[in-house]
Amino acid sequence: MRALLGSVKALNGAEAVAYAVKQSNVDVISAYPITPQTIIVERLSEFVANGEIHAEYVNVESEHSALSTCMGAAAAGARTFTATSSQGLALMWELLYVTSGLRLPVVMAVVNRALSAPINIHCDHSDSIGARDSGWIQFYVENSQEAYDTVIQAFKIAEHSDIQLPVMVNLDGFHISHTLENVNILPDQVVSDFVGFRKPANVRVEYLGREVPAVLDGVTPISLGIIALSDYYYEFKMMLVDAIDKVKSVIKEVHNDYLKVSWRGYGDGLIDPYGVDGADIVLVIMGSAAGTVKYVVKKLLESGLRVGVLRLRTFRPFPYEEVVKVLSGVKVIGVMDRATSPGAYGAPLFNELRSALYDLDSRPTVVNFIYGIGGRDLEPLTVKRICEKLLEFGRGVKPASYVEYVGVRR
Amino acid sequence: MDVRHPLDRYLRTDRLPHIWCPGCGIGIAVSSLLRAIDRRVAEGLFTHDEVAAVSGIGCTARATFYLNFDSAHVIHGRAIPFAIGLKLVRPNLKVIVIGGDGDIAAIGGNHLLHAARRNVDLTVVMVNNMIYGMTGGQVAPTTPPNVYTTTTPSGNYEYAINIVKLLSALNVNYLARASVTHPHILERYLYTALGKEGLAFVEVISPCPEVFGRHIGYRDPVELFKKFKSMIKYEERPSLDKSDITLNLDKEVVIGEFVNSSRESFIKIIDRLGR
Ligand SMILES: Cc1ncc(C[n+]2csc(CCOP(=O)(O)OP(=O)(O)O)c2C)c(N)n1
Repeated sequence: MRALLGSVKALNGAEAVAYAVKQSNVDVISAYPITPQTIIVERLSEFVANGEIHAEYVNVESEHSALSTCMGAAAAGARTFTATSSQGLALMWELLYVTSGLRLPVVMAVVNRALSAPINIHCDHSDSIGARDSGWIQFYVENSQEAYDTVIQAFKIAEHSDIQLPVMVNLDGFHISHTLENVNILPDQVVSDFVGFRKPANVRVEYLGREVPAVLDGVTPISLGIIALSDYYYEFKMMLVDAIDKVKSVIKEVHNDYLKVSWRGYGDGLIDPYGVDGADIVLVIMGSAAGTVKYVVKKLLESGLRVGVLRLRTFRPFPYEEVVKVLSGVKVIGVMDRATSPGAYGAPLFNELRSALYDLDSRPTVVNFIYGIGGRDLEPLTVKRICEKLLEFGRGVKPASYVEYVGVRR
Repeated sequence: MDVRHPLDRYLRTDRLPHIWCPGCGIGIAVSSLLRAIDRRVAEGLFTHDEVAAVSGIGCTARATFYLNFDSAHVIHGRAIPFAIGLKLVRPNLKVIVIGGDGDIAAIGGNHLLHAARRNVDLTVVMVNNMIYGMTGGQVAPTTPPNVYTTTTPSGNYEYAINIVKLLSALNVNYLARASVTHPHILERYLYTALGKEGLAFVEVISPCPEVFGRHIGYRDPVELFKKFKSMIKYEERPSLDKSDITLNLDKEVVIGEFVNSSRESFIKIIDRLGR
């Protein structure tokens, strides 16, 4: 066994995020408080006030301003961070597409919380899932440790010269943000060396006939935010599509490099399978409830049932090749979504997963279980019942419905 | 014997107890508002059913949840535009917006500006506790300089916004500052505001012992209340120059009626244009 590098601290998920930011050589932080994200901004304010990080912290008047400020700072070449939840992310909406469109590598922690109305402060994924088409990379973590590790990795991924895209690190409100856990913290220097300092990517400017840093640096004038109508807009969107397609390999690479310094990893960085090899049924899930599901699955495995869990760490890019690879051969799959998509045939994770599996020669039965909306608890017993159902489908029982809402009164 | 408070009819008592902490000033602000409404109802200016209350999000904004009027608890910062929509469709309603300084002056500040510019017929009650109360005490644009908050742990180094001065530049019809430490004056201003056409704005200075007071050295709600009371200076018609709030021990917080005029209101203009 190798000695543990760094130290162990009792931190909740929000504090773990703040700690990762503190160690990651961030230049500008701008945020507006909202439950349950607040702890992140409070800790960061303390770090800045204590001189523990040499960053500017801007107390803006709304989330719209928070992301705008980060965008301006990122455009000037800074490493930037913001954090929000629910309505705050909704208010940032307009900027989400602009951040990715301008290829600004902002990192944001989203502490997942249900959207109004009705008003609710508890966890579900409808806030960030709604932002899935905005061109941001999206991680969903399982616990505080992973929140810490992922934030550090996020800066490297966002700023990678082939990528230059914003990253959203999603952690479940309260379940992760407010739950105290032992978190392994790397030494400051190790993190600093790992993330380095932001080096803006170069861009070739035709009228200058050379490459210049793609930032507003007061040296070479460049202009951001141009107009591209039907003549060029599509090409810009295509560049974004192409860039995000490269992200999967960069995530794996950064995840692997991080593994080398921390001895901690999560599957291949994109998907985190547990008991999937040779399983008859598999539950697919993102976020903290994966812990509950694993707990149940472990018991079922012990009782001789062949049950597995596939936790997706990224939803954008969607790791369809990886998913298809590990799930081919599995007969029955239950997809657990923590967001609703009213009027759709099932929720987003189900849709994308089922679509990815469509090209398999022998298609599995794929059933959607929508759970945990507005913080509704997902109990182990419910997970067990879901597994029992899936096993029945495996024995040839036809699902009465392919989309089920679990734990709700009707 | 079923003894009920005379103002209970304006409350959804089944939703009580409320969420406000002991020593919070919001309860005084709300009860003063209800007394002012009751007087206007008694006079026949509007009926109980003709009152509507709109709020965003925050401790203060929670008021609409308890008020027995047509009410809407919408999203943080957007109470005013929602209220404008309501007023346009139901001009007979007395539409009251109640919210915190964060809700109304920070995230919703732009809406306040433009509602004031248009002189929209709304009664806006802004409870200024100089902090984001609901989220646990972060700096607000109204937080005075040097104050410790959870997001300014070494003291607030920014300038505070003076909403009274700002709104005076927009020629609203009524602009007053009151304090929960002086509830009779507070009630009088709210009563006057409810009688106005156009935009009537009452800023209500209010202590938040839990996440403001204790950071400025007044953990005990009574001590904080006394401190606030001692700072307040009443003037009938104060000059705008005296409207800054610094919370310096040697400086006063001036309350009074800063503006009381009768410019043609938004609804009146629309009526005149025959729309
Ligand atoms: C878009 C959005 N951002 C942030 C929040 C979180 N939030 C709720 S209330 C509040 C501020 C409360 O302060 P204030 O409006 O002054 O009212 P008080 O609670 O002090 O009465 C904030 C930031 C939110 N609900 N929505």
